[in-house]
Amino acid sequence: MRLAPATMGEMAIAMTTRITRCFDALRRAGELGLVAYITAGDPTLDATERIVPALADAGADVVELGVPFSDPLADGPTIQRASERALRSGTTLAGVLGLVKNLRQRTEVPLVLFSYFNPVLQMGLERFAETAATAGADGVLITDLTPEEAGEYRQRVAARGLDTIFLGAPTSTDARLKRIAESSTGFLYLISRTGVTGARDTLPEDLPALVRRARAVTSLPIAVGFGISLPGHVSILGGLADAAVVGSALVAEIEKAPSVDAAIAAVGERVRLLKQAATQGISRREARP
Amino acid sequence: MSIAVQSVPDARGRFGPYGGRYVPETLVAPLEELESAYAEARADKDFQAELESMLRDFAGRPTPLQFAARLTEHLGGPRIYLKREDLLHTGAHKINNCIGQGLLAARMGKRRVIAETGAGQHGVATATVAARLGLECVVYMGTEDMDRQRLNVFRMRLLGAEVVGVEAGSRTLKDAINEAMRDWVTNVRTTYYLLGSVLGAHPYPRIVRDFQSVIGREARAQFLKAEGRLPDFLFACVGGGSNSIGLFYEFLGDAGVKMVGVEAGGRGTRLGEHAARLAAARGFSGARPGVLQGTYTYVLQTGDGQIATTHSISAGLDYPAIGPEHAWLADQGRAEYTAVSDDAALDAARTLARTEGIIPALECAHALAGLIERAAKINRDQIVILNLSGRGDKDMEILSRYV
Repeated sequence: MRLAPATMGEMAIAMTTRITRCFDALRRAGELGLVAYITAGDPTLDATERIVPALADAGADVVELGVPFSDPLADGPTIQRASERALRSGTTLAGVLGLVKNLRQRTEVPLVLFSYFNPVLQMGLERFAETAATAGADGVLITDLTPEEAGEYRQRVAARGLDTIFLGAPTSTDARLKRIAESSTGFLYLISRTGVTGARDTLPEDLPALVRRARAVTSLPIAVGFGISLPGHVSILGGLADAAVVGSALVAEIEKAPSVDAAIAAVGERVRLLKQAATQGISRREARP
Repeated sequence: MSIAVQSVPDARGRFGPYGGRYVPETLVAPLEELESAYAEARADKDFQAELESMLRDFAGRPTPLQFAARLTEHLGGPRIYLKREDLLHTGAHKINNCIGQGLLAARMGKRRVIAETGAGQHGVATATVAARLGLECVVYMGTEDMDRQRLNVFRMRLLGAEVVGVEAGSRTLKDAINEAMRDWVTNVRTTYYLLGSVLGAHPYPRIVRDFQSVIGREARAQFLKAEGRLPDFLFACVGGGSNSIGLFYEFLGDAGVKMVGVEAGGRGTRLGEHAARLAAARGFSGARPGVLQGTYTYVLQTGDGQIATTHSISAGLDYPAIGPEHAWLADQGRAEYTAVSDDAALDAARTLARTEGIIPALECAHALAGLIERAAKINRDQIVILNLSGRGDKDMEILSRYV
């Protein structure tokens, strides 16, 4: 596990997170991981508490919990609407951390908190890091935070033994990808295309080149997200990445479902199909001798 | 000008603790590209000459600094000069920044520009400059603002711009910025985001300030020529804060010049009823430092960090965050910030119309209302420059209900 030099002293207490153990196991099995994103509190926190274990049971290797925000400028319409539903039902960051604590009674699936920076900043970086770690979260990803602005955040979150995951993008230079990877622990999240979150029909043609650029600068596991919704996408990623992130496609199922039970059934089915594609596709190890 | 003033923002776009660059990773490379293109343009005499020529021949600079004799007499306080940005092409100061950034976009080889707009003045100015430079133009505007500024929607469309209505959130400026940023993050390789105020991620607050600082440079020289000394006060309205920083910036090193920024007090002091970010001393609640749309500054927000809705009769001031340089000037005590109500702004608009024959935009009517409130406490031998940042044509529907 890689750590900021400033926090090395505090790291004796930190253990390898569930995220790292999960990716180690996937690598040993030569299997593509599936990361499932849903917005916490969509439509209620109680619903999310039931949906997350179902995602894990259906085969999700890691679950990302989106913290709803009033101004989700990196998200497409599907996740924007999910944020609105979650906020309407009174979801706050503190409530999401309470959810994580409850979930830990029910599942050992690695949990990543996925948030915009302002709610975390308003809670206070130290209080956030401590509460998230105590609740049983494994990693944090902040959409609108790059390593340049992340100094104190990274120290405090890492000091609590949480993985700090940063985003790499198609517009990132090799030098930036290196810096982003060096700031990340657990895994590196690669954005597949320029744009906001949302399901698309095809993967971008330049995606293999982007993954190769990232591989050249880091040995961290690489998860690819944005626009991945179909088993076909996941099969293609099997030869490329360590994990596929699926978000809007699951959120859309929750939106469409007439009840929480129906949502659980629908996302479970989606995840099973995607995970099937992940295990049956060409694994990264086989593709890269 | 003092060294401290000249040195901001620093290399990372910080005004003291404020500013910075809080964006999704995809936007870092284009922001860096913009930063270096702007640095090159600033140092390029040809670019500066083109900018100056377009500001003069197309926009109508310099704008007059007019002594407002009847307003001065009516208020019975300090002598008042008006910086007449309302006389510019398209009717507001916004064109200064649009010409600068439009030339920059063309120089960078970007053939498509996008913009957000609140009152519609920045959208109109962007559409105007895009037409003049032959660039494709898309403007995002909240549907609430499209309703209250319909004339500006027509103007943009007549100029060949596509106006995209934004239904999200409060359907005002904040939501238009979100949507413009979503467009930019998607079309980043071909598109220039022409941001309209001293907001957003570094280097925007600095670029917009620089292009607007022509207001203060002209006003300072004009005032020195007219009065042989410096003014005692500057008054300007503050939404994002581009017209006010444009006036203030050149005077920052002049310690004797007091600066007053006037925010939208809306219809009450409770969160949601106003857009006053720096007027907590006047009882306006809900503003704390936070991150919104790329920058760290004072933001109106709930206790758990959700951005609050705002209210102002003036679409151009109806925004929950303030430019980071203003936050820094407020912390330093270099500028003072206050807020006035919707009603006070409407009264001020009527007062200016009847004393000077000028119908102001509702935005700068706030600046005048702030001055009116203060006038009795300012000596008669003191002199004020008030930035009349735009004209009221766009607000006739709203104003007509109050005549």
